[in-house]
Amino acid sequence: MNTNLLEPPVSLRQDTDYHKNNEATFVTLMVADQLCGIPVLGVRDVLGEQTITRIPLASREIAGSLNLRGRIVTAIDLRRRLGLPDAPLGTPMSVVAEQGGELYALLVDQVSEVMTLAPSSFEPNPPTLPPHWSEFSAGIYRLQDRLLVVLDVTRLLSLGPTSRGPVPHGRL
Amino acid sequence: MDDLLADFLTETNESLAELDTALVKLERTPDDAGTLALIFRLVHTIKGTCGFLGLPRLERVAHAAENVLGRVRDGQLTVTPGIITTVLAALDRIKEIVDALAATAAEPTGDDAELVAALNAAAEGRQIAPTPPAAMRPVVAKPAFADPVTAPPSGVQTPVPPPPTATEPPAAMGQPADPLAEGPSEGSPIGPQTIRVGVDVLEGLMTLVSELVLTRNQLLQLARVHEAQNNDASGFTVPLQRLSHITSDLQEGVMKTRMQPIGNAWQKLPRLVRDLARDVGKKIELVMRGAETELDRQVLEMIKDPLTHMVRNSGDHGLEKAEVRRAAGKPETGRIMLTAYHEGGHIIIEVADDGTGLHVDRIRAKVLVKGLATEAELTGMSDAEIQRFIFRPGFSTAAQVTAVSGRGVGMDVVKTNIEKIGGTIDLKSEPSRGSTFTIKIPLTLAIVSALIVEAGGERFAIPQISVVELVRARLDADTQNTTTPVVEHIHGTPVLRLRDRLLPLVNLTDLLALRATEGNHVERSVHVVVVQVGTASLGIIVDRVFDTEEIVVKPVAPILRHITMFSGNTILGDGSVIMILDPNGIARATGVAGIAGADRRADRSHDDAIPTARSQPRTAMLLFRAGGAEPKAVPLSLVARLEDLPREKIEFSAGQPVTQYRGRLMPLVPLTGTINPTAERFAVLVFTDGDGRQERCMGLLVDEIVDVVEDILQIELSGDRPGLLGSAVIAGRATDVIDIGHWLTQASQDWFRRPEPGTAGGDSRPQVLVVEDSDFFRQLLVPTLGAAGYRVTAAGSATEALRLRDAGAMFDAVISDIEMPQIDGHALVRQIRASGPWMDLPVIALTSHASPEHINAGREAGFTDYVAKFEREALLASLRQCLVAAGRSAATTSRRRLEVAA
Repeated sequence: MNTNLLEPPVSLRQDTDYHKNNEATFVTLMVADQLCGIPVLGVRDVLGEQTITRIPLASREIAGSLNLRGRIVTAIDLRRRLGLPDAPLGTPMSVVAEQGGELYALLVDQVSEVMTLAPSSFEPNPPTLPPHWSEFSAGIYRLQDRLLVVLDVTRLLSLGPTSRGPVPHGRL
Repeated sequence: MDDLLADFLTETNESLAELDTALVKLERTPDDAGTLALIFRLVHTIKGTCGFLGLPRLERVAHAAENVLGRVRDGQLTVTPGIITTVLAALDRIKEIVDALAATAAEPTGDDAELVAALNAAAEGRQIAPTPPAAMRPVVAKPAFADPVTAPPSGVQTPVPPPPTATEPPAAMGQPADPLAEGPSEGSPIGPQTIRVGVDVLEGLMTLVSELVLTRNQLLQLARVHEAQNNDASGFTVPLQRLSHITSDLQEGVMKTRMQPIGNAWQKLPRLVRDLARDVGKKIELVMRGAETELDRQVLEMIKDPLTHMVRNSGDHGLEKAEVRRAAGKPETGRIMLTAYHEGGHIIIEVADDGTGLHVDRIRAKVLVKGLATEAELTGMSDAEIQRFIFRPGFSTAAQVTAVSGRGVGMDVVKTNIEKIGGTIDLKSEPSRGSTFTIKIPLTLAIVSALIVEAGGERFAIPQISVVELVRARLDADTQNTTTPVVEHIHGTPVLRLRDRLLPLVNLTDLLALRATEGNHVERSVHVVVVQVGTASLGIIVDRVFDTEEIVVKPVAPILRHITMFSGNTILGDGSVIMILDPNGIARATGVAGIAGADRRADRSHDDAIPTARSQPRTAMLLFRAGGAEPKAVPLSLVARLEDLPREKIEFSAGQPVTQYRGRLMPLVPLTGTINPTAERFAVLVFTDGDGRQERCMGLLVDEIVDVVEDILQIELSGDRPGLLGSAVIAGRATDVIDIGHWLTQASQDWFRRPEPGTAGGDSRPQVLVVEDSDFFRQLLVPTLGAAGYRVTAAGSATEALRLRDAGAMFDAVISDIEMPQIDGHALVRQIRASGPWMDLPVIALTSHASPEHINAGREAGFTDYVAKFEREALLASLRQCLVAAGRSAATTSRRRLEVAA
């Protein structure tokens, strides 16, 4: 842990070598029954259900904005970002990450424990992974009973007018 | 004390404090090159600035000290306590002089020869210092002594008490620590007045205050809810109110710290204009007014470049070359006038030039070439609308691309930049009179007042700056209620008839692709927020309208920046996040801005947005002072020019003061009755009449020109004071409005009796009837027309005029106002044309709305000509023309016809 503090946030590391050589700690979360992990150093907060203001004309993935202790946080629906169907029960929890001085909340089904994982269990993305997963996955950890997808937060937040599926001007 | 000196004192005091510490440090670590360099630099700066400001004593001492330090720095001397003490003594002397400077704004007299000698001795490595006159050959100091220019100021400045008894060098020698004891902490008179604070500290404060405002709003909201629920004023009310007030005061205070005079953004302009004038071979004068007007530094930074660009444009495109100007009868030197003033929560900046104005024909040609509009579209546009094309991207009218401007990044960039900070820009231009650009921007960007609305179940904020009015409109026409306007549709596009104009509408729910909340409109009615975007108006249909709230504008996240409908987001008092709508973005998205047709509609609806504008047009008044502190006023349009006249230019001819003005003698009339014997310069309001050889002029001497304001003029007449029409409240102050007619007669007795060329004078002067309901305008028109050689009869209403007709009165022409109660000008002219002895008389309309539509409507009603109110020259020209057209002796023919008819 102590050396990790001096390292840049893991999320910024694109190379899978990093995961191969270093122990890393993740906040784990569930999206559509898939276990995912976000490097703990990139996480600013974990939130329960929030009042979210919709932002008209924004991309589909942008759920809206919310007030986190006086700061405005842009909420991104992780299911939509990953091209998954909307959750039947909604996405009540979120993980707050910071990028470029701005706060973003990733809406997920469930936030679970924080895990420290050994580099020996890390694997690069299997080449057969569907594109919308491989785009945002920084690699896979083999846990005992299941697999954990490491999410690349930087890419998740690279949203703009050019990203997939912006709502055309007009009625929804 | 002038600003330069004040700045110098502040800076020097800071340097001195720093020097004290640094010198003591140097004494302890003599080899520290960094400290030494710092000391040398500080002393050098002080010396340099003194020389610049003409402070010889300071300069000499600083120079000698610098000399010592220079040798130490170069390694020719080693630091010893002796040297340090000598230098510290020099610093003390500098401090004394600076203190005296601060107190009296002049350098105190005193002899520094001894100290300088000691310093020079130290510089030469002689460890002794106090032996005074040993140095009568100070190589460096001597020229300074000998030079008469830098000699100590003698009688020029205020006599100064001798310098306070100083720490003499010898005394200081013994106790090197002493100067330090009274070092940095010793408050000099300048100290407490200004301190320098890092901009980041101020920004941080501003952020905190913004948060505080938000929290205050939240608390107030909670308290309101609490009160409403428990139906009692809880004990929180009073402290909350206080908190609220304190927060507001704090907000204002912090805001003030960020305020800077706009002059800071203008500093480079005089130089720029000078260089520009030389480069393009023109004579240009730059006049800056209101440089002290303050605005937020963030805003200041953002308007700097647009302003520079506009001034450059005015000089390069707007103003003509000297010979062209001379040929056009203008002064050779073109004038660019920068004006800034506060109005409400905004600052208005005007960039005006007295050049050629915008060439509508050239713009039109360019528009066609660039394909920005078709010939047919252009035909339907007024000149003002065509001129606005210069704000379109890629537009530049300069035929030649000069080094100065005309690179195609023109006014559109200026407009975009100004809109970015929530401002608006507009222009007025008259051929050969010049152009005026008017910029209106908010004082600060951080906190704005916004209207909260709801559409499609979501709330949005609309900045109050752009909201003109709120209108309630019905969605269907089939109710009995006829007072509420109805939303109508042209091929599915909603529009609203607002006071006889069509206002384009946009439904916010549709625009933002929100789900319409059906069934909510039980009354089948909606709210329309009328917003002003540039010169265009637009109605935004919303479901509900809430309060206005002070909101702290926060930029949206980068991933949302592409949505141009929003200018930011904010947190409301109840803690929820809402988006701030950008009216500019909405107008662009809906195509309202820039579409000429919409602009035209907007112009009209804007005219009507102020309901009082019809009966109470705003009048530009020139405010000045003469004999007393209270302001006096005269309608600006009556004043031909303003001049600044030095006393020696005033001569006397037959006992009357005159001045040579443009090759002739102009009579001068002091408004106070006598010429102020102490004043060196006089402000002169020049009034002219006629043209060419017939032109006569008169100069009214006043003490000072104060301002030009536009206000609704409601004049209370008072007949008992000669020379005054009465008083009116202008710009919030009771102001005497002067009667020009009175002063014109003072200048020359025959001003009113000029015979028309070719007529015998006396009673054969053409007779004119003036129909005007406003007392003020009537009072102005009568002397104006009288002065031009007409006999004038005035009627206060159309009814009165028609009574005159029925009573058999006959005139050569009728001049009538349009907007009048009961019977308006159109109805009057119809009645005149319908039958009766006046049916062939020329009837001239006077109006404040001189758009092509109005003129056409007027022509149809039967007016012979249409003249804008206060266009004195135009009125006289039109009158002359009408009379010529109606036959040279219109009066006699008419009278003859009258006899026939009778």
